[in-house]
Amino acid sequence: MFSNRTVNILIPIISVLLGLIFGAVIMLAFGYNPIKGYGALWSGAFGDLYFFGETLRQVTPYILSGLAVAFALRSGLLNIGVEGQVFVGWLASVWVGVTFDFPMIIHLPLAVLAGACAGAFWGFIPGILKAKLGVHEVIVTIMMNYIALYSSNSLVRNVITDGEDQTEHIKASASLASDWLAGMTYFSRLHYGILIALFMAAVMWFVLNKTTTGFELRSVGFNQNASKYAGMSVSRNIVLAMVISGAFAGLAGTMEGLGTFGYMSVKSGFTNIGFDGIAVALLGANSAVGVVLAALLFGTLKIGALNMPTEAGVPTELVEIVIALIIFFVASSYVIRWAILRFKKEGK
Amino acid sequence: MSFFEILQSIIPQALFFASPLIFTALGGVFSERSGVINIGLEGLMIMGAFVGVVFNLAFYDTFGAATPWISIIAAMVVSAIFALVHAVASITFRADQVVSGVAINFLALGIGLFLTKQWYDKGQTDMVERPFYTTNIPGLSKIPVIGDLFFSNMYITSYVAIALACLVWFILFKTPFGLRLRSVGEHPMAADTNGINVYSMRYVAVMLSGALGGLGGSVYALTIALNFSHATIVGQGFMSLAAVIFGKWHPLGALGAALFFGFAQSLSIVGPSLPLLSEVPSIFLLIAPYVLTILALAGFIGRAEAPKALGEPYVKGNR
Repeated sequence: MFSNRTVNILIPIISVLLGLIFGAVIMLAFGYNPIKGYGALWSGAFGDLYFFGETLRQVTPYILSGLAVAFALRSGLLNIGVEGQVFVGWLASVWVGVTFDFPMIIHLPLAVLAGACAGAFWGFIPGILKAKLGVHEVIVTIMMNYIALYSSNSLVRNVITDGEDQTEHIKASASLASDWLAGMTYFSRLHYGILIALFMAAVMWFVLNKTTTGFELRSVGFNQNASKYAGMSVSRNIVLAMVISGAFAGLAGTMEGLGTFGYMSVKSGFTNIGFDGIAVALLGANSAVGVVLAALLFGTLKIGALNMPTEAGVPTELVEIVIALIIFFVASSYVIRWAILRFKKEGK
Repeated sequence: MSFFEILQSIIPQALFFASPLIFTALGGVFSERSGVINIGLEGLMIMGAFVGVVFNLAFYDTFGAATPWISIIAAMVVSAIFALVHAVASITFRADQVVSGVAINFLALGIGLFLTKQWYDKGQTDMVERPFYTTNIPGLSKIPVIGDLFFSNMYITSYVAIALACLVWFILFKTPFGLRLRSVGEHPMAADTNGINVYSMRYVAVMLSGALGGLGGSVYALTIALNFSHATIVGQGFMSLAAVIFGKWHPLGALGAALFFGFAQSLSIVGPSLPLLSEVPSIFLLIAPYVLTILALAGFIGRAEAPKALGEPYVKGNR
């Protein structure tokens, strides 16, 4: 009745449902009407074309940060440093965007490339430390997050600007903003980045599934010893996986820098794009298609939640709790799998 | 500024910033020694800070001067219960311990901010009415030189933290309980064969880490932050985790590492007024603890051996 494949698809669906049910229970416990609450969430995400555009805009960086985490995970690495890589990608792309003056055909690709390279570099450091010295990538990437946060703040304040809290707006020739997409969605901030994000998802699928490099990366993720025995360089693949993962994350920051905001400001804390990327990747089962769908779900939840206080009185933070619970359930998939199999046995 | 004056401005500050890290890192030592990775320390601190602040605001009329002490106990209890979520997921449900820890961090912040909105109708709480105050230790503060450096204008919680580190060392290395806890983290199957209940030991260890993380968070809230918002705990939990690893999973090592981080943090605040460091851009002082952790991990201060079974769920009967 349930093949392994169906179980793998069922787990994320059940996790999302459980998360939403718990959210409803919390709403009930605090005297809110969950139907009204989720109704407000729905109309806040899809209510009209403007909200829909904003939802898609939010989905854009989530796809990329989700791909970053998923790509590393497929090679057996947990990249918690996506947050920091987003920061440096954002900063580098905006820096290129405000500093240079080129025609768009050079300027925009250059700015995007700068963001990707900065992220890749930020992923290279934990990668090389893991490959050469065996340092656990989780702790290094966490530390790199803080280094990225404080250094980019300092660079914005002291190098790019003269003591300001925010850089200038990027030149129009480096902007991803699109009159066409914005006009279509009642002037939301939707930009061309969504196309880049979808394209990158296709790239990840292609690289992992259709190329030799991708095969090696996955192989190292499955079993390092076997890969080594088969003549693959484990350390080269670890570094490569972290660099590509970092590049995806850097692009996520680039989307915010060149698309949504058009500037970089001094930040008091993390943007959470990177941390949410972990949730997106886990829910999307580390596959390109799964990541796009999971990003769509989390983008919907985040943007829709903004409508909840006004329409249903529910604090937006409820959605953070729901997302945290979804991660828990996905992480505890062993129990869900057990329950499904149990159910299957009794069904016979 | 004389050398003595410099010391006088740095040492109390360093101890002040270190004490929440010490508490939380000791919690991390318990959890990781039993074989459960705890990236959720940050979330446990957030929970502790939230409970500490809310309890303080709600009950300062009732308990008067004892309020901060009762607040931190309340925070310990609630965070210990909250840590159960991580315990159930990573021990019983065999979840990936890192992922479960990440979820703990999300959950704590979500719950904390949700309830803050719910109860105070805004994004942050009011300032607490009864925080911890600095005191001079009677008698000891009169000792020349040392008295001024170590016993004047200090928070009692700093001494509690240092004393607790010694206590945790004693528990882990000199008691049967500590031996069992460590054996569960090194070789759970061997421990199981010897009649130690691996699951309950790990549950106890994770709940202890919850209690101590909550203690660290509430002490941070009641000495440094003084209110609760999304920006109250930003990274102190991760820094405590780094202190655990920096300190080679040893309570006194973690104490040393936390003191070092406290020192580094105090430098970034006191630094600009010091003659030598005022020339150094503040950014280098800010990122110093993180860069040093990476360098330490890369082996510049000697390799550290993690507990062998760290991160592996124990499945009874598996070989």
